[in-house]
Amino acid sequence: MTRALGATLGLLALALGLGFVLPEWVVFVLTLALAKGLAVLSVVLLMYAGLVSFGQGLFFAGSAYAAGFAIKLWGVEEALVAVGLGVATGTAIAALAGLLLARYREIFFAMLSLALSMIFYGILIKAYWVTGGSDGLSIPAPRVLGFALAGAELRATLYALTASCAAAAVYLAHRYMHSPLGYAAQAVRDNEVRVEYLGVSVARAVYLIYLVAGGLAGLGGVLVALNVGHIEPHLAYWTTSGEFVFIALLGGTGNVFAPFGGAIVYEFVRTYAFKYSPYTWQMTLGVIMLGIILFMPGGLWTIYRAVERKVHQWRPSSRPLA
Amino acid sequence: MAAVLETAGLTKSFGGIVAVDDVTVAIRPGEIVGIVGANGAGKTTFVNLITGYLAPDRGRITYLGRNITARPPQEVTRSGIARSFQIPQICRSLTVLENVLIALAAREGRGLRAWGPLATPGRERQALEVLGPFGLREHARRPVGELPEGGLKLLDVAMSAALQPKLLLMDEPTSGVSSKEKFGVMETLLRVLEEQQVTVIFVEHDMDVVTRYARRVLAFVEGKVLADGPPDEVLAEPAVRKAVLGLA
Repeated sequence: MTRALGATLGLLALALGLGFVLPEWVVFVLTLALAKGLAVLSVVLLMYAGLVSFGQGLFFAGSAYAAGFAIKLWGVEEALVAVGLGVATGTAIAALAGLLLARYREIFFAMLSLALSMIFYGILIKAYWVTGGSDGLSIPAPRVLGFALAGAELRATLYALTASCAAAAVYLAHRYMHSPLGYAAQAVRDNEVRVEYLGVSVARAVYLIYLVAGGLAGLGGVLVALNVGHIEPHLAYWTTSGEFVFIALLGGTGNVFAPFGGAIVYEFVRTYAFKYSPYTWQMTLGVIMLGIILFMPGGLWTIYRAVERKVHQWRPSSRPLA
Repeated sequence: MAAVLETAGLTKSFGGIVAVDDVTVAIRPGEIVGIVGANGAGKTTFVNLITGYLAPDRGRITYLGRNITARPPQEVTRSGIARSFQIPQICRSLTVLENVLIALAAREGRGLRAWGPLATPGRERQALEVLGPFGLREHARRPVGELPEGGLKLLDVAMSAALQPKLLLMDEPTSGVSSKEKFGVMETLLRVLEEQQVTVIFVEHDMDVVTRYARRVLAFVEGKVLADGPPDEVLAEPAVRKAVLGLA
Protein backbone atom coordinates (compact mmCIF):
# COMPACT_ATOMS: atom_id res chain seq x y z
CA MET A 1 0.00 0.00 0.00
CA THR A 2 1.41 3.41 -0.94
CA ARG A 3 1.89 6.13 1.64
CA ALA A 4 -0.78 8.30 0.01
CA LEU A 5 -3.34 5.50 0.06
CA GLY A 6 -2.50 4.75 3.68
CA ALA A 7 -2.87 8.42 4.66
CA THR A 8 -6.17 8.66 2.75
CA LEU A 9 -7.61 5.54 4.38
CA GLY A 10 -6.38 6.69 7.80
CA LEU A 11 -8.10 10.07 7.42
CA LEU A 12 -11.26 8.38 6.11
CA ALA A 13 -11.31 6.10 9.15
CA LEU A 14 -10.82 9.16 11.39
CA ALA A 15 -13.63 11.04 9.62
CA LEU A 16 -16.00 8.08 9.90
CA GLY A 17 -15.09 7.61 13.56
CA LEU A 18 -15.72 11.28 14.30
CA GLY A 19 -19.15 10.85 12.77
CA PHE A 20 -20.09 8.65 15.75
CA VAL A 21 -18.85 10.96 18.48
CA LEU A 22 -19.37 14.51 17.28
CA PRO A 23 -22.67 16.37 17.73
CA GLU A 24 -25.01 16.07 14.77
CA TRP A 25 -24.68 19.73 13.75
CA VAL A 26 -20.89 19.45 13.67
CA VAL A 27 -21.14 16.35 11.48
CA PHE A 28 -23.44 18.26 9.13
CA VAL A 29 -20.97 21.16 8.87
CA LEU A 30 -18.21 18.61 8.23
CA THR A 31 -20.34 16.99 5.51
CA LEU A 32 -20.83 20.30 3.73
CA ALA A 33 -17.14 21.11 4.12
CA LEU A 34 -16.07 17.80 2.56
CA ALA A 35 -18.52 18.23 -0.33
CA LYS A 36 -17.32 21.78 -0.96
CA GLY A 37 -13.76 20.55 -0.57
CA LEU A 38 -14.27 18.52 -3.75
CA ALA A 39 -15.09 21.68 -5.70
CA VAL A 40 -12.12 23.43 -4.06
CA LEU A 41 -9.90 20.51 -5.09
CA SER A 42 -11.06 21.08 -8.66
CA VAL A 43 -9.99 24.75 -8.36
CA VAL A 44 -6.59 23.65 -7.03
CA LEU A 45 -6.07 21.19 -9.90
CA LEU A 46 -6.77 24.01 -12.34
CA MET A 47 -4.35 26.26 -10.44
CA TYR A 48 -1.65 23.64 -10.97
CA ALA A 49 -2.08 24.32 -14.69
CA GLY A 50 -1.91 28.08 -14.05
CA LEU A 51 -5.66 28.52 -14.50
CA VAL A 52 -7.92 30.30 -12.03
CA SER A 53 -11.59 29.50 -12.46
CA PHE A 54 -14.26 31.75 -11.02
CA GLY A 55 -16.90 29.52 -12.55
CA GLN A 56 -16.75 26.15 -10.80
CA GLY A 57 -20.28 26.90 -9.60
CA LEU A 58 -21.38 25.94 -13.11
CA PHE A 59 -20.51 22.28 -12.53
CA PHE A 60 -21.45 22.41 -8.86
CA ALA A 61 -24.96 23.63 -9.65
CA GLY A 62 -25.33 21.70 -12.92
CA SER A 63 -24.69 18.40 -11.18
CA ALA A 64 -26.83 19.27 -8.19
CA TYR A 65 -29.76 20.07 -10.49
CA ALA A 66 -29.15 16.94 -12.61
CA ALA A 67 -29.31 14.81 -9.47
CA GLY A 68 -32.30 16.78 -8.20
CA PHE A 69 -34.24 16.27 -11.44
CA ALA A 70 -33.27 12.60 -11.51
CA ILE A 71 -34.59 12.00 -8.01
CA LYS A 72 -37.60 14.31 -8.07
CA LEU A 73 -38.81 13.99 -11.65
CA TRP A 74 -37.38 10.81 -13.15
CA GLY A 75 -37.82 8.50 -10.19
CA VAL A 76 -34.18 7.75 -9.50
CA GLU A 77 -34.08 6.70 -5.85
CA GLU A 78 -30.56 5.43 -5.33
CA ALA A 79 -28.04 7.97 -4.00
CA LEU A 80 -25.11 6.22 -5.69
CA VAL A 81 -26.82 6.52 -9.08
CA ALA A 82 -27.37 10.22 -8.38
CA VAL A 83 -23.69 10.60 -7.47
CA GLY A 84 -22.65 8.91 -10.72
CA LEU A 85 -25.06 11.11 -12.64
CA GLY A 86 -23.63 14.20 -10.93
CA VAL A 87 -20.05 13.34 -11.90
CA ALA A 88 -21.16 12.56 -15.46
CA THR A 89 -23.06 15.85 -15.68
CA GLY A 90 -20.12 17.87 -14.38
CA THR A 91 -17.81 16.17 -16.88
CA ALA A 92 -20.30 16.63 -19.73
CA ILE A 93 -20.74 20.34 -19.00
CA ALA A 94 -16.93 20.69 -18.87
CA ALA A 95 -16.69 18.84 -22.19
CA LEU A 96 -18.89 21.50 -23.78
CA ALA A 97 -17.56 24.58 -21.97
CA GLY A 98 -13.98 23.35 -22.39
CA LEU A 99 -14.26 23.62 -26.16
CA LEU A 100 -14.31 27.39 -25.65
CA LEU A 101 -12.31 27.82 -22.46
CA ALA A 102 -9.32 25.63 -23.39
CA ARG A 103 -8.28 28.36 -25.81
CA TYR A 104 -7.98 31.04 -23.14
CA ARG A 105 -5.61 31.74 -20.27
CA GLU A 106 -5.20 34.06 -17.31
CA ILE A 107 -7.86 36.74 -16.79
CA PHE A 108 -9.74 35.72 -19.95
CA PHE A 109 -10.11 32.16 -18.68
CA ALA A 110 -11.18 33.42 -15.26
CA MET A 111 -13.77 35.84 -16.62
CA LEU A 112 -15.16 33.47 -19.26
CA SER A 113 -15.59 30.72 -16.66
CA LEU A 114 -17.40 33.27 -14.49
CA ALA A 115 -19.57 34.35 -17.42
CA LEU A 116 -20.65 30.78 -18.21
CA SER A 117 -21.64 30.09 -14.61
CA MET A 118 -23.62 33.36 -14.49
CA ILE A 119 -25.42 32.47 -17.73
CA PHE A 120 -26.39 29.18 -16.11
CA TYR A 121 -27.49 31.06 -12.99
CA GLY A 122 -29.72 33.24 -15.17
CA ILE A 123 -31.27 30.17 -16.81
CA LEU A 124 -31.97 28.60 -13.40
CA ILE A 125 -33.66 31.78 -12.20
CA LYS A 126 -35.74 32.34 -15.34
CA ALA A 127 -36.82 28.74 -16.09
CA TYR A 128 -38.84 28.68 -12.86
CA TRP A 129 -41.48 26.27 -14.19
CA VAL A 130 -38.76 23.59 -14.27
CA THR A 131 -36.20 24.79 -11.74
CA GLY A 132 -38.43 26.46 -9.19
CA GLY A 133 -36.75 29.80 -9.90
CA SER A 134 -35.04 31.54 -7.00
CA ASP A 135 -36.86 29.26 -4.52
CA GLY A 136 -35.18 26.19 -5.98
CA LEU A 137 -36.39 22.64 -5.55
CA SER A 138 -36.66 20.28 -2.62
CA ILE A 139 -35.24 16.82 -3.22
CA PRO A 140 -36.82 13.75 -1.62
CA ALA A 141 -34.54 11.65 0.55
CA PRO A 142 -32.72 9.07 -1.60
CA ARG A 143 -32.17 5.42 -0.81
CA VAL A 144 -28.61 4.42 -0.04
CA LEU A 145 -27.55 1.01 -1.38
CA GLY A 146 -31.25 0.20 -1.65
CA PHE A 147 -32.03 1.05 1.99
CA ALA A 148 -34.72 3.62 2.69
CA LEU A 149 -33.36 5.66 5.60
CA ALA A 150 -34.61 8.71 7.41
CA GLY A 151 -33.61 11.24 10.05
CA ALA A 152 -30.30 10.79 11.87
CA GLU A 153 -29.63 7.45 10.16
CA LEU A 154 -29.91 9.01 6.72
CA ARG A 155 -27.74 11.98 7.69
CA ALA A 156 -25.05 9.71 9.14
CA THR A 157 -25.10 7.50 6.04
CA LEU A 158 -24.86 10.47 3.69
CA TYR A 159 -21.97 11.78 5.78
CA ALA A 160 -20.20 8.43 5.37
CA LEU A 161 -20.93 8.54 1.62
CA THR A 162 -19.57 12.09 1.36
CA ALA A 163 -16.44 11.25 3.35
CA SER A 164 -15.87 8.14 1.20
CA CYS A 165 -16.28 10.14 -2.01
CA ALA A 166 -13.88 12.79 -0.69
CA ALA A 167 -11.34 10.11 0.22
CA ALA A 168 -11.65 8.46 -3.19
CA ALA A 169 -11.27 11.86 -4.89
CA VAL A 170 -8.19 12.70 -2.80
CA TYR A 171 -6.52 9.43 -3.74
CA LEU A 172 -7.43 9.72 -7.42
CA ALA A 173 -6.30 13.35 -7.47
CA HIS A 174 -2.99 12.30 -5.89
CA ARG A 175 -2.53 9.67 -8.61
CA TYR A 176 -3.48 12.24 -11.23
CA MET A 177 -0.92 14.76 -9.92
CA HIS A 178 1.83 12.16 -10.31
CA SER A 179 0.60 11.04 -13.74
CA PRO A 180 1.91 12.40 -17.06
CA LEU A 181 -1.18 14.65 -17.30
CA GLY A 182 -0.59 16.02 -13.78
CA TYR A 183 3.00 16.93 -14.67
CA ALA A 184 1.84 18.24 -18.06
CA ALA A 185 -0.43 20.62 -16.12
CA GLN A 186 2.57 22.01 -14.25
CA ALA A 187 4.53 22.19 -17.50
CA VAL A 188 1.69 24.14 -19.12
CA ARG A 189 1.79 26.60 -16.19
CA ASP A 190 5.59 26.94 -16.47
CA ASN A 191 6.12 27.00 -20.20
CA GLU A 192 3.50 26.36 -22.87
CA VAL A 193 6.02 26.79 -25.69
CA ARG A 194 8.13 23.91 -24.40
CA VAL A 195 5.08 21.69 -24.01
CA GLU A 196 4.12 22.29 -27.66
CA TYR A 197 7.71 21.50 -28.70
CA LEU A 198 7.55 18.20 -26.87
CA GLY A 199 4.80 17.20 -29.26
CA VAL A 200 1.99 17.69 -26.75
CA SER A 201 -1.05 19.82 -27.57
CA VAL A 202 -1.46 22.44 -24.84
CA ALA A 203 -5.10 23.03 -25.79
CA ARG A 204 -5.80 19.30 -25.42
CA ALA A 205 -3.98 19.19 -22.08
CA VAL A 206 -6.01 22.13 -20.76
CA TYR A 207 -9.21 20.55 -22.05
CA LEU A 208 -8.50 17.26 -20.25
CA ILE A 209 -7.57 19.06 -17.01
CA TYR A 210 -10.82 21.01 -17.30
CA LEU A 211 -12.77 17.76 -17.68
CA VAL A 212 -11.20 16.37 -14.51
CA ALA A 213 -12.01 19.62 -12.66
CA GLY A 214 -15.59 19.58 -13.97
CA GLY A 215 -16.17 16.03 -12.77
CA LEU A 216 -14.78 16.80 -9.31
CA ALA A 217 -16.82 19.98 -8.86
CA GLY A 218 -19.86 18.06 -10.10
CA LEU A 219 -19.29 15.40 -7.45
CA GLY A 220 -19.21 18.12 -4.79
CA GLY A 221 -22.43 19.65 -6.10
CA VAL A 222 -24.42 16.44 -6.09
CA LEU A 223 -23.26 15.60 -2.56
CA VAL A 224 -24.38 19.02 -1.30
CA ALA A 225 -27.76 18.49 -3.00
CA LEU A 226 -28.23 15.07 -1.39
CA ASN A 227 -27.18 16.26 2.07
CA VAL A 228 -29.10 19.53 2.13
CA GLY A 229 -32.14 18.11 0.33
CA HIS A 230 -32.65 21.37 -1.49
CA ILE A 231 -31.14 22.94 -4.61
CA GLU A 232 -31.25 26.59 -5.60
CA PRO A 233 -29.70 28.85 -8.27
CA HIS A 234 -27.30 30.32 -5.71
CA LEU A 235 -25.16 27.21 -6.24
CA ALA A 236 -24.21 28.67 -9.65
CA TYR A 237 -23.86 32.27 -8.45
CA TRP A 238 -20.45 33.92 -8.68
CA THR A 239 -20.11 34.16 -4.91
CA THR A 240 -20.23 30.35 -4.69
CA SER A 241 -17.43 30.05 -7.26
CA GLY A 242 -15.54 32.84 -5.50
CA GLU A 243 -15.93 30.97 -2.22
CA PHE A 244 -14.15 27.95 -3.77
CA VAL A 245 -11.22 30.14 -4.83
CA PHE A 246 -11.21 31.75 -1.36
CA ILE A 247 -11.02 28.33 0.30
CA ALA A 248 -8.32 27.19 -2.13
CA LEU A 249 -6.15 30.11 -1.04
CA LEU A 250 -7.07 29.60 2.60
CA GLY A 251 -6.16 25.91 2.57
CA GLY A 252 -3.22 26.22 0.23
CA THR A 253 -2.42 24.49 -3.00
CA GLY A 254 0.47 22.42 -1.75
CA ASN A 255 -1.30 19.10 -1.51
CA VAL A 256 -4.52 17.28 -2.39
CA PHE A 257 -5.53 17.22 1.29
CA ALA A 258 -5.17 21.00 1.68
CA PRO A 259 -8.50 21.95 0.01
CA PHE A 260 -10.39 19.81 2.52
CA GLY A 261 -8.49 21.30 5.47
CA GLY A 262 -9.28 24.73 4.12
CA ALA A 263 -12.95 23.86 3.58
CA ILE A 264 -13.36 22.51 7.11
CA VAL A 265 -11.74 25.59 8.69
CA TYR A 266 -13.79 27.88 6.42
CA GLU A 267 -17.12 26.25 7.24
CA PHE A 268 -16.54 26.39 10.99
CA VAL A 269 -15.20 29.96 10.92
CA ARG A 270 -18.20 30.98 8.84
CA THR A 271 -20.63 29.20 11.15
CA TYR A 272 -19.21 30.86 14.27
CA ALA A 273 -18.72 34.24 12.57
CA PHE A 274 -22.35 34.14 11.46
CA LYS A 275 -23.48 33.16 14.96
CA TYR A 276 -21.55 35.82 16.87
CA SER A 277 -21.46 38.54 14.24
CA PRO A 278 -24.39 38.00 11.85
CA TYR A 279 -24.06 41.38 10.13
CA THR A 280 -20.30 41.45 9.72
CA TRP A 281 -19.40 37.80 9.22
CA GLN A 282 -18.02 38.52 5.73
CA MET A 283 -15.69 41.08 7.30
CA THR A 284 -14.40 38.43 9.70
CA LEU A 285 -13.64 36.14 6.76
CA GLY A 286 -12.00 39.02 4.91
CA VAL A 287 -9.72 39.78 7.86
CA ILE A 288 -8.75 36.12 8.08
CA MET A 289 -7.95 36.01 4.35
CA LEU A 290 -5.89 39.19 4.69
CA GLY A 291 -3.92 37.57 7.50
CA ILE A 292 -3.39 34.39 5.50
CA ILE A 293 -2.14 36.26 2.43
CA LEU A 294 0.17 38.50 4.48
CA PHE A 295 1.60 35.96 6.89
CA MET A 296 0.95 32.55 5.32
CA PRO A 297 0.85 32.91 1.53
CA GLY A 298 1.02 29.14 1.15
CA GLY A 299 -2.26 28.81 3.07
CA LEU A 300 -3.00 26.72 6.13
CA TRP A 301 -1.08 23.82 4.58
CA THR A 302 2.04 25.80 5.52
CA ILE A 303 1.32 24.96 9.16
CA TYR A 304 1.31 21.24 8.34
CA ARG A 305 4.57 21.65 6.41
CA ALA A 306 6.20 23.46 9.35
CA VAL A 307 5.12 20.75 11.79
CA GLU A 308 6.30 18.08 9.36
CA ARG A 309 9.70 19.76 9.06
CA LYS A 310 10.04 19.82 12.85
CA VAL A 311 9.15 16.13 13.05
CA HIS A 312 11.57 15.43 10.22
CA GLN A 313 14.38 17.19 12.13
CA TRP A 314 13.51 15.27 15.25
CA ARG A 315 13.17 11.94 13.40
CA PRO A 316 15.53 12.00 10.36
CA SER A 317 14.18 8.73 8.97
CA SER A 318 10.72 10.21 8.30
CA ARG A 319 9.93 11.38 4.78
CA PRO A 320 7.68 14.30 3.83
CA LEU A 321 4.32 13.38 2.30
CA ALA A 322 4.48 13.97 -1.45
CA MET B 1 21.15 11.04 -50.81
CA ALA B 2 17.57 12.21 -50.26
CA ALA B 3 17.23 15.40 -48.25
CA VAL B 4 15.94 15.33 -44.68
CA LEU B 5 14.54 18.81 -45.04
CA GLU B 6 13.77 20.90 -48.08
CA THR B 7 12.37 24.38 -48.34
CA ALA B 8 11.15 25.78 -51.65
CA GLY B 9 10.50 29.50 -52.14
CA LEU B 10 9.92 30.00 -48.42
CA THR B 11 8.78 33.56 -47.75
CA LYS B 12 7.56 35.37 -44.65
CA SER B 13 6.85 39.07 -44.21
CA PHE B 14 5.98 41.15 -41.18
CA GLY B 15 4.19 44.22 -42.52
CA GLY B 16 6.49 45.72 -45.12
CA ILE B 17 9.57 43.80 -43.95
CA VAL B 18 10.37 40.56 -45.75
CA ALA B 19 12.04 38.51 -42.99
CA VAL B 20 12.55 35.37 -45.08
CA ASP B 21 12.64 35.91 -48.81
CA ASP B 22 12.23 33.03 -51.28
CA VAL B 23 14.57 30.64 -49.46
CA THR B 24 15.21 27.31 -51.16
CA VAL B 25 17.58 24.91 -49.40
CA ALA B 26 18.01 21.16 -48.95
CA ILE B 27 19.55 19.64 -45.84
CA ARG B 28 21.03 16.14 -46.19
CA PRO B 29 21.03 13.50 -43.44
CA GLY B 30 23.81 13.83 -40.88
CA GLU B 31 24.75 17.38 -41.85
CA ILE B 32 25.67 19.95 -39.22
CA VAL B 33 24.55 23.23 -40.68
CA GLY B 34 25.34 26.61 -39.16
CA ILE B 35 23.13 29.58 -40.02
CA VAL B 36 24.82 32.98 -39.75
CA GLY B 37 23.66 36.49 -40.38
CA ALA B 38 23.37 39.90 -38.81
CA ASN B 39 20.49 40.73 -36.44
CA GLY B 40 17.24 40.81 -38.41
CA ALA B 41 18.66 38.72 -41.27
CA GLY B 42 15.86 36.17 -40.92
CA LYS B 43 17.70 33.30 -39.17
CA THR B 44 15.31 32.78 -36.29
CA THR B 45 12.28 33.40 -38.52
CA PHE B 46 13.56 30.62 -40.80
CA VAL B 47 13.78 28.27 -37.78
CA ASN B 48 10.33 29.38 -36.60
CA LEU B 49 8.86 28.63 -40.03
CA ILE B 50 10.34 25.12 -40.16
CA THR B 51 9.19 24.27 -36.64
CA GLY B 52 5.67 25.56 -37.12
CA TYR B 53 5.89 28.53 -34.78
CA LEU B 54 5.09 30.75 -37.76
CA ALA B 55 3.23 29.99 -40.97
CA PRO B 56 4.91 31.10 -44.21
CA ASP B 57 3.22 33.52 -46.62
CA ARG B 58 4.50 31.45 -49.53
CA GLY B 59 6.59 28.39 -50.16
CA ARG B 60 6.76 24.81 -49.05
CA ILE B 61 8.58 22.87 -46.35
CA THR B 62 9.17 19.16 -46.92
CA TYR B 63 10.50 16.85 -44.23
CA LEU B 64 11.45 13.31 -45.29
CA GLY B 65 9.23 13.72 -48.34
CA ARG B 66 6.20 14.93 -46.34
CA ASN B 67 4.75 18.39 -46.64
CA ILE B 68 4.86 19.98 -43.18
CA THR B 69 4.20 23.57 -44.26
CA ALA B 70 2.31 25.52 -41.58
CA ARG B 71 1.75 22.45 -39.42
CA PRO B 72 1.46 23.30 -35.69
CA PRO B 73 4.55 22.83 -33.47
CA GLN B 74 3.28 19.72 -31.70
CA GLU B 75 2.65 18.01 -35.05
CA VAL B 76 6.04 19.04 -36.44
CA THR B 77 7.68 17.74 -33.26
CA ARG B 78 5.83 14.43 -33.43
CA SER B 79 7.01 14.00 -37.01
CA GLY B 80 10.65 13.98 -35.77
CA ILE B 81 11.83 17.60 -35.77
CA ALA B 82 12.89 19.03 -32.41
CA ARG B 83 14.20 22.44 -31.46
CA SER B 84 15.99 24.21 -28.68
CA PHE B 85 15.81 27.89 -27.93
CA GLN B 86 18.02 30.93 -27.52
CA ILE B 87 16.50 31.34 -24.05
CA PRO B 88 16.16 27.78 -22.68
CA GLN B 89 12.50 26.77 -22.58
CA ILE B 90 12.17 24.45 -19.64
CA CYS B 91 9.76 23.91 -16.78
CA ARG B 92 11.37 25.75 -13.94
CA SER B 93 9.17 24.49 -11.10
CA LEU B 94 10.23 20.90 -11.82
CA THR B 95 13.47 19.02 -11.34
CA VAL B 96 15.92 18.24 -14.12
CA LEU B 97 14.76 14.62 -14.14
CA GLU B 98 11.06 15.53 -14.27
CA ASN B 99 11.65 17.74 -17.30
CA VAL B 100 13.17 14.83 -19.18
CA LEU B 101 10.50 12.40 -17.93
CA ILE B 102 7.81 14.64 -19.44
CA ALA B 103 9.69 14.58 -22.74
CA LEU B 104 9.96 10.79 -22.63
CA ALA B 105 6.24 10.36 -21.89
CA ALA B 106 5.49 12.70 -24.81
CA ARG B 107 7.69 10.63 -27.11
CA GLU B 108 5.77 7.50 -26.09
CA GLY B 109 2.52 9.28 -26.95
CA ARG B 110 1.54 9.11 -23.25
CA GLY B 111 2.13 12.73 -22.38
CA LEU B 112 -1.53 13.26 -21.44
CA ARG B 113 -2.29 10.05 -19.58
CA ALA B 114 -4.18 10.76 -16.40
CA TRP B 115 -3.46 7.38 -14.86
CA GLY B 116 -0.22 5.65 -13.93
CA PRO B 117 2.87 7.46 -12.66
CA LEU B 118 5.08 9.62 -14.84
CA ALA B 119 8.15 8.37 -13.04
CA THR B 120 8.09 4.66 -13.81
CA PRO B 121 11.37 2.81 -13.11
CA GLY B 122 11.86 2.21 -16.83
CA ARG B 123 11.27 5.84 -17.74
CA GLU B 124 13.57 7.03 -14.92
CA ARG B 125 16.33 4.76 -16.21
CA GLN B 126 15.88 6.14 -19.72
CA ALA B 127 15.86 9.72 -18.42
CA LEU B 128 19.14 9.18 -16.59
CA GLU B 129 20.58 7.65 -19.78
CA VAL B 130 19.53 10.78 -21.68
CA LEU B 131 21.03 13.09 -19.04
CA GLY B 132 24.30 11.13 -18.73
CA PRO B 133 26.08 12.27 -21.90
CA PHE B 134 25.08 15.87 -21.22
CA GLY B 135 26.77 15.70 -17.82
CA LEU B 136 23.47 16.32 -16.04
CA ARG B 137 22.97 12.92 -14.45
CA GLU B 138 24.32 14.00 -11.07
CA HIS B 139 21.98 17.01 -11.15
CA ALA B 140 18.91 14.92 -11.99
CA ARG B 141 17.12 15.48 -8.66
CA ARG B 142 17.94 19.18 -8.45
CA PRO B 143 15.37 21.87 -9.22
CA VAL B 144 16.02 23.37 -12.64
CA GLY B 145 16.51 26.83 -11.10
CA GLU B 146 19.76 25.67 -9.47
CA LEU B 147 21.48 24.96 -12.81
CA PRO B 148 23.95 27.46 -14.31
CA GLU B 149 23.13 28.96 -17.75
CA GLY B 150 25.29 26.38 -19.54
CA GLY B 151 23.42 23.61 -17.69
CA LEU B 152 20.08 25.08 -18.75
CA LYS B 153 21.20 25.08 -22.39
CA LEU B 154 22.25 21.46 -22.10
CA LEU B 155 18.96 20.51 -20.44
CA ASP B 156 17.02 22.32 -23.18
CA VAL B 157 18.79 20.20 -25.78
CA ALA B 158 18.60 17.06 -23.63
CA MET B 159 14.80 17.40 -23.57
CA SER B 160 14.82 17.63 -27.36
CA ALA B 161 17.24 14.69 -27.60
CA ALA B 162 14.89 12.63 -25.41
CA LEU B 163 12.38 12.86 -28.25
CA GLN B 164 14.87 11.02 -30.48
CA PRO B 165 14.45 13.47 -33.35
CA LYS B 166 15.89 13.01 -36.82
CA LEU B 167 16.43 16.74 -37.17
CA LEU B 168 17.28 19.23 -34.42
CA LEU B 169 17.23 22.99 -34.82
CA MET B 170 19.14 24.93 -32.18
CA ASP B 171 18.72 28.69 -31.88
CA GLU B 172 21.96 30.22 -30.62
CA PRO B 173 23.08 27.30 -28.45
CA THR B 174 25.97 29.27 -26.92
CA SER B 175 24.24 32.58 -26.25
CA GLY B 176 24.31 33.41 -22.56
CA VAL B 177 27.01 30.79 -22.01
CA SER B 178 30.38 32.09 -20.78
CA SER B 179 33.25 32.07 -23.28
CA LYS B 180 34.94 29.44 -21.10
CA GLU B 181 31.90 27.15 -21.28
CA LYS B 182 30.81 27.61 -24.90
CA PHE B 183 33.16 25.15 -26.61
CA GLY B 184 32.52 22.56 -23.91
CA VAL B 185 28.76 22.97 -24.35
CA MET B 186 29.00 22.68 -28.15
CA GLU B 187 31.31 19.67 -28.01
CA THR B 188 28.99 17.89 -25.60
CA LEU B 189 25.92 18.69 -27.69
CA LEU B 190 27.38 17.70 -31.03
CA ARG B 191 29.05 14.54 -29.72
CA VAL B 192 25.72 13.29 -28.36
CA LEU B 193 23.75 14.34 -31.43
CA GLU B 194 26.27 12.82 -33.85
CA GLU B 195 26.18 9.56 -31.88
CA GLN B 196 22.41 9.56 -32.29
CA GLN B 197 22.78 10.41 -36.01
CA VAL B 198 20.72 13.55 -35.65
CA THR B 199 20.91 16.12 -38.42
CA VAL B 200 21.60 19.50 -36.85
CA ILE B 201 20.85 23.05 -37.93
CA PHE B 202 22.07 25.74 -35.55
CA VAL B 203 21.77 29.49 -35.63
CA GLU B 204 24.89 31.15 -34.24
CA HIS B 205 26.44 34.60 -33.94
CA ASP B 206 29.80 33.38 -32.69
CA MET B 207 31.95 32.74 -35.75
CA ASP B 208 34.53 30.77 -33.73
CA VAL B 209 31.77 28.30 -32.88
CA VAL B 210 30.52 28.21 -36.48
CA THR B 211 33.93 27.61 -38.07
CA ARG B 212 34.80 24.96 -35.51
CA TYR B 213 31.59 22.91 -35.53
CA ALA B 214 29.53 23.53 -38.67
CA ARG B 215 30.24 21.39 -41.76
CA ARG B 216 28.13 23.70 -43.89
CA VAL B 217 27.10 27.31 -43.47
CA LEU B 218 24.09 29.23 -44.75
CA ALA B 219 24.69 32.98 -44.66
CA PHE B 220 21.46 34.96 -44.40
CA VAL B 221 21.29 38.58 -45.53
CA GLU B 222 18.00 40.46 -45.55
CA GLY B 223 16.00 37.25 -45.59
CA LYS B 224 17.88 35.63 -48.45
CA VAL B 225 20.57 32.96 -48.46
CA LEU B 226 23.56 34.91 -49.74
CA ALA B 227 26.02 32.02 -49.57
CA ASP B 228 25.85 28.28 -48.91
CA GLY B 229 28.84 25.99 -48.53
CA PRO B 230 31.72 24.93 -46.27
CA PRO B 231 32.44 27.43 -43.47
CA ASP B 232 35.86 28.57 -44.66
CA GLU B 233 34.53 29.29 -48.17
CA VAL B 234 31.34 31.03 -47.08
CA LEU B 235 32.97 33.17 -44.41
CA ALA B 236 35.71 34.16 -46.86
CA GLU B 237 33.29 35.56 -49.43
CA PRO B 238 33.57 39.36 -49.57
CA ALA B 239 29.77 39.89 -49.54
CA VAL B 240 29.40 37.72 -46.44
CA ARG B 241 32.37 39.37 -44.73
CA LYS B 242 30.75 42.73 -45.32
CA ALA B 243 27.11 41.92 -44.53
CA VAL B 244 27.54 39.34 -41.77
CA LEU B 245 30.89 40.05 -40.19
CA GLY B 246 30.90 43.81 -40.81
CA LEU B 247 34.38 43.62 -42.38
CA ALA B 248 35.35 45.56 -45.46
